[in-house]
Amino acid sequence: MQIQRCKGCRDLTREEMLRFRSVETAFQDVSRCYGYYEVRTPTLEYLHLFTSAGTLTPGMLRRVYSFLDWDGWSGERVVLKPDATIPVVRLYTETMGSEASTARFSYVTNSFIFEETGIKPRERWQCGAELIGPGSALADAELVSFACDAVKKMGLNRLELKLSHAGLIRGILSSLGLSHAEQNDIFDRILDGNMTALDSLEAEKPQAVEALKLLLGTKGTSSGFLKNMRALFAAGIPEIQSSLEEFIATIDVVEAMGLNYEIDFTSGKGFEYYTGFIFRLFAEGVNVGGGGRYDRLVGMMSGKDVPAGGFALYIDRLAALINIDGLYIGVSQRVSMDIEPAVMKDATEAADLLRRAGCVVTFAAPGQPDEECGWKVTVRSGVPRFNVFNCGKRETSECESAIEAFATIGCG
Amino acid sequence: MTFRIALPKGRLLSQIAPLLEKAGWGLDDYNEKTRVYRLKSSTMSGLAAKMFQEKDIPIQVAVGNYDIGICGLDWFSEQMVKFPSSSIVKLRELGFGEGSVYAATTPGSFTGGTLSARGEVVRIAGEYPNLAEALALRLRLRRFAVYPLWGSAEAYPPENAEIVLLSRKDPKEIESLGLQLLGKIVESRACLIVNKESLRSKDLSPLLASLNSVIGDAASIEFFTSSLPGSITQVQADLPPADLSVVRLALPDGHQQTHVRRILDAAGINIDDYPSSTGNRRPNISLDGFFIKVIRPQDMPLQISNGNFDLAITGRDWLIDHHHQFPQSPVGELLDLKYGKVRIVAVVANEVPVNTSEELQKFRKKAGSPCRIAAEYVNIADNYARVNQLGACRIIPTWGATEAFIPEDADVLIENTETGSTLVKNNLKIIETLFESTACVIGNTRLRENRIQGERISAFVARLKQTMETMP
Repeated sequence: MQIQRCKGCRDLTREEMLRFRSVETAFQDVSRCYGYYEVRTPTLEYLHLFTSAGTLTPGMLRRVYSFLDWDGWSGERVVLKPDATIPVVRLYTETMGSEASTARFSYVTNSFIFEETGIKPRERWQCGAELIGPGSALADAELVSFACDAVKKMGLNRLELKLSHAGLIRGILSSLGLSHAEQNDIFDRILDGNMTALDSLEAEKPQAVEALKLLLGTKGTSSGFLKNMRALFAAGIPEIQSSLEEFIATIDVVEAMGLNYEIDFTSGKGFEYYTGFIFRLFAEGVNVGGGGRYDRLVGMMSGKDVPAGGFALYIDRLAALINIDGLYIGVSQRVSMDIEPAVMKDATEAADLLRRAGCVVTFAAPGQPDEECGWKVTVRSGVPRFNVFNCGKRETSECESAIEAFATIGCG
Repeated sequence: MTFRIALPKGRLLSQIAPLLEKAGWGLDDYNEKTRVYRLKSSTMSGLAAKMFQEKDIPIQVAVGNYDIGICGLDWFSEQMVKFPSSSIVKLRELGFGEGSVYAATTPGSFTGGTLSARGEVVRIAGEYPNLAEALALRLRLRRFAVYPLWGSAEAYPPENAEIVLLSRKDPKEIESLGLQLLGKIVESRACLIVNKESLRSKDLSPLLASLNSVIGDAASIEFFTSSLPGSITQVQADLPPADLSVVRLALPDGHQQTHVRRILDAAGINIDDYPSSTGNRRPNISLDGFFIKVIRPQDMPLQISNGNFDLAITGRDWLIDHHHQFPQSPVGELLDLKYGKVRIVAVVANEVPVNTSEELQKFRKKAGSPCRIAAEYVNIADNYARVNQLGACRIIPTWGATEAFIPEDADVLIENTETGSTLVKNNLKIIETLFESTACVIGNTRLRENRIQGERISAFVARLKQTMETMP
């Protein structure tokens, strides 16, 4: 019986790991420049961390990997973390919750969610950031700028932002008299193309339905769009007043930063998590990340009202887009050494010099095909000590010392 | 072509049997008095049926051991709500086997507030742990604990659970138990289920057509929809503060009752209404500071470890099964009561060329499929597979009649046996005795915070110990 990997899980091959590390390194470089400290939360968390947060839908919670731990006789379950932000916020409340301080955290992590077909991944990797404390338009702008710069650092330039606002969507739906759960349900149904969901509400609250249809049917390209909405609806739907002002302020800052954006309320699907500004980031036409404001999450866990926002970049998607040609070490810089144990010291000296110069040096691979390495070096106790064979030119040089061998190969 | 059918014992049998007879399936031995598990058809040459506990059937059909099964919607839902990609499809409801699974609690002991806003752990007990978990998520409970039970769920509220899930024909039965109905979780009417792969690739039409022609008008074609309530209000416990000096003692229901009664009588401990002809689960005991509940022995170790009870009388087999799941659990054996002696054994079919677990390990290495281990003791079975390094394994939970699983539905059993004669009758052989089990008193092994309670427990155990020494 052949042993296989778990359904829905994937290995990362040599090339995929090169891509993965490239994305991760670019993200971490930018993260440091923005003043974010890397943190790591455990893979295993208590289920009640996620049920208490109240931000994951029952449908999502039913797909988490939960089980009773070896000491779980109380009946409370643990989970493979299905979400990255909630554990980071828990970390904040545990370690910094008593201080009224700003926290800038970044992370690279995996999360787990059951996916029925087993074709899509059940383990997903993401790099992300959480800004806990500030709640202004500038805070939103910092997160958007960070996300865009990180993706640019990965060598991807054709970026586009789709912006939305959960508070605004919720304000309109709330004015229709819908409960929190009904709001989430009806919004997702509308975005799935089921506009009949609004029909029964239209007769009762025509203005709110009209506002919703206009918002969902129009893509705005400046804060002017939102100002038009304010002029049309703010007086009749007071529930959206403050969210509109907040969104306009953020759009003005994003615009001043020169970022390419579109106001698209349909991009707010799955908005239940967020309380305010939401963005989705596209690179080369692919949705590579997104984030927004979740001002209630810290309060849910610590009882203190602390604004917060964050974003996640999807490593799997970014890794597939980036170019890694420059990351391979070419055959001409690969050296294979065949060493007689008595002269290991001389061989090690030569190998150190070559590795410091950027070569890949492997030991003990006699018989390695010539096309897999640029140089084959034989180290023996006699004279000459080093026999250096250039696999490309099919030429052999005799060298007396490690330095001479190094100079002959001349990596870099 | 062979058709494999899984049919239930118990509540649905008397209505399924005439239906199958009308359909011409010729399963003459499918009746309440039958003493066989494997049923042959007198009319269809390729038809082979087997009888199971009803809750085993969705699992058996899902893993592909059977093409078609009949069970209650409740057990189908219990499987699907946790494992939605299970390879089973509900084809039709059969129009009988009325009843539902209800969520219930204790009336009058709850005031104000919503359950989902409750900060403390909400305990949900019942025989349907997957439906219980789905209910908790649906209600958006912040913290919850699910206690899977073998039975007697009605005994748990209010002291040991806030909510219980109970299967009853009529909601009025919930009230007659002294409980308050919170909502219907799922109906438990009989339904016809089929393995997805069999449906896709196998011509089952002779069976489906014959059955279809005799199913009454009351039957309907419906696909699974959960009818879990959206919210439950007014369920915040308002119980009087617990007296920490009281010892909460769990006594077993079922066949163990006469043994326990005999020992208590010999110890001079009077107990009223145990065993109870009316199903009383709270009998009175003559010992001061003792509170009694009657529950299933299988559920006792977990109930002791989570602090719901202080003492219980159960089998060592269930204590060991519990410790395999929770090695650091603070529950331990306090006294061996020396009755109900059984051996817990690993069993294979006589035809399998192995006589020890070591030989089984070598034998399984050459096998081309996962080793299927059926057991009521799922944690002992899981541990057996691990310590014997059996490689890819499937643990198949069962709810009785495990000896009938080999060879079609399992390769190995972890089973209890008193004399071994049932195993021999079923063409099985023991390859290892894992341990011997007798009834015992179990209790929480952590240091007791309440001195009086500790003294009462010690005195009770000492009294039974003394009695055991003098009993014939």
